[in-house]
Amino acid sequence: MEAVIVIEHLYKRFGANVVLNDFSLEVGKEENVVVLGKSGSGKSVLIKCIIGLLRPDSGTIKVFGENIPDLNHEELDRMRTKIGFLFQGNALYDSMTVRENLEFSLRRHWIGFSQQKIDGLVMEALENVGLPHTVEMMPAELSGGMLKRVALARTMILQPEIILYDEPTTGLDPVTAREIDNLILKLQKKYHTSSIIITHDMNCVKNTADRVALLLDGKCYAQGKYDEFERSTDQHIKQFFE
Amino acid sequence: MKFTANIREFFGETGNLAEFTGRFFSIGIKPRFEIKELFNQCYLIGYKSLPLIALTGFIMGLVLTMQLRPSLVTYGVESQLPVMVGIAIVREIGPVITALIFAGKIASSIGAELGSMKVTEQIDAMEVGGTNPFKYLVATRVLATTMMLPVLTVMGDAICLFGAYIGVNIRSVTSFHLFFTQVFHSLSFGDLLPAFTKTFFFGFAIGIVGCYKGYNSTKGTQGVGNSANSAVVLSSVMIFLIDLLAVQFTDILGLN
Ligand SMILES: Nc1ncnc2c1ncn2[C@@H]1O[C@H](COP(=O)(O)OP(=O)(O)OP(=O)(O)O)[C@@H](O)[C@H]1O
Ligand SMILES: [Mg+2]
Repeated sequence: MEAVIVIEHLYKRFGANVVLNDFSLEVGKEENVVVLGKSGSGKSVLIKCIIGLLRPDSGTIKVFGENIPDLNHEELDRMRTKIGFLFQGNALYDSMTVRENLEFSLRRHWIGFSQQKIDGLVMEALENVGLPHTVEMMPAELSGGMLKRVALARTMILQPEIILYDEPTTGLDPVTAREIDNLILKLQKKYHTSSIIITHDMNCVKNTADRVALLLDGKCYAQGKYDEFERSTDQHIKQFFE
Repeated sequence: MKFTANIREFFGETGNLAEFTGRFFSIGIKPRFEIKELFNQCYLIGYKSLPLIALTGFIMGLVLTMQLRPSLVTYGVESQLPVMVGIAIVREIGPVITALIFAGKIASSIGAELGSMKVTEQIDAMEVGGTNPFKYLVATRVLATTMMLPVLTVMGDAICLFGAYIGVNIRSVTSFHLFFTQVFHSLSFGDLLPAFTKTFFFGFAIGIVGCYKGYNSTKGTQGVGNSANSAVVLSSVMIFLIDLLAVQFTDILGLN
């Protein structure tokens, strides 16, 4: 299988706090890789390095063959059009309506897009997450789960080839969480996306993962299929299934 | 040891602020410009500050005049009252008070706004979404404060002078025409130019300090509160420092 993300020997520390310590991982085309790890183990740091928000101390992150830390601003910007990023805390612009939030991601294409096309994309993205009626609302008027879904819609609106999800189902009721899982799968089929999904929700792992990787002590401690993880006798892996 | 650490922190902070300012000149004022957002900010920052500046300006003019009168009466130069207040208002009180009020209102709101955007990762989201947050958020706000404060100062001066006119008329009678003829007669180009020029620098300092503090906000409610607070404190101090430099500079140029 062709790999779209290849991470090799990644190191990242904040002062004395060593977060990533020789981390390596590959993600294939149209593959969903779930990254498991305890709180504070550096999962968010990992995907922020991939999108170029944080700079690793050393190591390579090849996305479509290009090493992210080597890219200059314009190249990184071009690369980011192909990558969607769902923030753990949603990061919706709270001074803008839902519509403006979604349109904002389309800004870089504004010159090329007609208003009709923009409206179409916005409504399609909101229908995907089942919230077309919120289009004129402010983020402050939405519930936590709705915010998450709007953030998801904003991530998906550009139909990126890679999506990095930081805890997509955390804080949602089981029903909505399963809807999100299905949405992730649906998008993977529809737009042929590859994704890294960070989550603690084992149901989400079960539903979405083609492969699971465990981040422990800054390394990729283990990886394999969900079933293999479930059957594993390793105590670090077993913890997640209790 | 604490003392040396403080000194180091002071210089570190100064260096960072200088670098931030450098970034404004290197990337903030290059195309593509965020014109729409710039106008939006000019409206929010300029227009919405007008009532506050008008109110404080009016009261300042009135109170200053009423308090100056007794001294002038003692020396028997009561007729010079419009001249005195005119010079005081146009050269110093108008620009500085307007800038301080503006700093209190705008530097804190910019600091808090950008601070909360920073800690909720909205700035990162913008970066990922392909909009340069420095251009979109910082450059527009700094340009808006730099352009709006001079306009507000001119309006503030006018209202302040009107307050002074009312103040003069409380104890004696002067016609509107006579009052303003006296005021403008006493003012020369050399009075107006430095006073007007320094307001651009005040506005720039307020915008850049507010953005800098917000952009470097630390996590949590306290972090955001601190950046709003220190934005006001630092920009107010900057206003006085710039004022001090300005008076030295005009002195050298012989405009005093
Ligand atoms: N910008 C930063 N500056 C300093 N330290 C940081 C920064 N970002 C993260 N860290 C540190 O890196 C470590 C990993 O943080 P990270 O946010 O990646 O955890 P996480 O695995 O995503 O946890 P959670 O599941 O709770 O979200 C933490 O110890 C955190 O303190
Ligand atoms: Mg995290």
